[in-house]
Amino acid sequence: MSPASSIIDVAALARLGPEPDVVISSRVRLARNVSGLPFVNRATHAQRHEALRLLRKAVERSVAPGLAWLELHGAAPRDRTLLVERHLVSRHFAESDAPRALAVSPDERTSLMVNEEDHLRIQALQSGLALDSCFAAACGVDDALAGAVDWAFHPRWGYLTACPTNVGCGIRISAMLHLPALRMTREIERVQNAAKDLHLAVRGYYGEGSVTDADFFQVSNQTTLGSTEEALLAEFRDVVLPRLVAYEREARQQLLTRDRMMLEDRVHRAQATLGAARLLAHDEAMRLLSRVRLGAALGLLPVDMARVQRLMLEIQPAHLSLLRPDAGVGDDAERSVRADYVRQALS
Amino acid sequence: MKCDHCERPAVVHEHLIRKGVIREVHLCAEHALEAGLAVPAAQPVAEVLLHIAKSTQGDAARPRALASCTGCGVSFAEFRKTGTLGCPACYDCFQPMLGQVIERAQAGGTAHVGRAPKAAAEVELRRVRREKLMRELDSAVTAEQYERAARLRDELSAIAPDAGDAPGREASGPSGPAR
Repeated sequence: MSPASSIIDVAALARLGPEPDVVISSRVRLARNVSGLPFVNRATHAQRHEALRLLRKAVERSVAPGLAWLELHGAAPRDRTLLVERHLVSRHFAESDAPRALAVSPDERTSLMVNEEDHLRIQALQSGLALDSCFAAACGVDDALAGAVDWAFHPRWGYLTACPTNVGCGIRISAMLHLPALRMTREIERVQNAAKDLHLAVRGYYGEGSVTDADFFQVSNQTTLGSTEEALLAEFRDVVLPRLVAYEREARQQLLTRDRMMLEDRVHRAQATLGAARLLAHDEAMRLLSRVRLGAALGLLPVDMARVQRLMLEIQPAHLSLLRPDAGVGDDAERSVRADYVRQALS
Repeated sequence: MKCDHCERPAVVHEHLIRKGVIREVHLCAEHALEAGLAVPAAQPVAEVLLHIAKSTQGDAARPRALASCTGCGVSFAEFRKTGTLGCPACYDCFQPMLGQVIERAQAGGTAHVGRAPKAAAEVELRRVRREKLMRELDSAVTAEQYERAARLRDELSAIAPDAGDAPGREASGPSGPAR
């Protein structure tokens, strides 16, 4: 196995998990701030370094050994982009040159962002519907750090965060969903409005600030105060998510029943284009792979859904340049390599 | 799309049923709040703040929030602009206005009921002591008293619970007991 493929194998987004037809991945994130320091946006350079030092010491002593510690302010641009593409850090976090770091477990299921909006963001990410194990993993890190760091905590407001929309539990429970049928049936806006009524945030493939014009949506809770973490998790897992998954599955059945020819046409056209294109931009490839993924999930195409899932990771710009270091530089060179890579993978 | 009642962009789009007639309404955050409609939580802070600021004007009976935080100097106006606070002390300094913002943004949640650090009180004592030492450290560095600064830095490191938290240790430093 080449080093590049071994790097990709550990990414949660490269595999299929439970309920893979709709749920791509699950994530639980806890926000914490160090007591006695200003929040990151107000901290001086020295105070940000102090937070880094303190948290690195605490993480290395208290959390399971083997976490890699990456200081992003010294990282090469491609490495930063790679982390964004693997959904380990936000774009904003990757692009800044202020002191900041990512600690990540070898299997990438657990990671810690230091000096993002809050001093610490504990993240647990797994493929498919796996919210309970994500929650357990995030709480495990929180428990391990409890004796090693004093967190900013208020008797009434709970864990204090830079943005008051995270105060209380500081928890974000989210799922990356594949909702192509809801988009095809033009039901997606209704679902987005319903999600707002349920106090959910709906974002694009790369989280906050990314576009939602593709078929991939990251849905997360927005309230963090007044309920326990367990209650928020239970509501998201047992009420919100099943409803969204059911909407998408109903829309797929509706298409199969009423518009089967149109559906088959779209998924086959997507497969044919991917199999023939000589230049493929990333967003175009994602749109086509989304349709092929739908075709695979419904048994309309003889394509392995796991292979499609993996391709979605591999064709991102930084991943592609890692997998095909011989590729030339420039938009056309990248699009050509991507088209070639996809053709080979799906042949 | 503009708000039905003003020139601001509408963020709430609802179908209201009044006496059997369905009416479509498009409202900005402020008018949605006035109409008792939920504002999408993805964009509430700045808009809700405007509403709160208006609703609290001239209300002399209420306790007043400080104009700026005593911990970090961030003003409430800056918070209104950015949506982010400067330090943990902001949460106390900007009451009661911040409390109203939080309750609206948190869909009515008024108090934390979830996980908590094991010894929140001890944490608070350590925080106060650490802040005191950091202030002393800043002034030592400014005054170029490097030996004193090094000693204070050692004391700061010793406060962290993972550096040993034996009884009486905290109060035994040269800076005296925590307040």
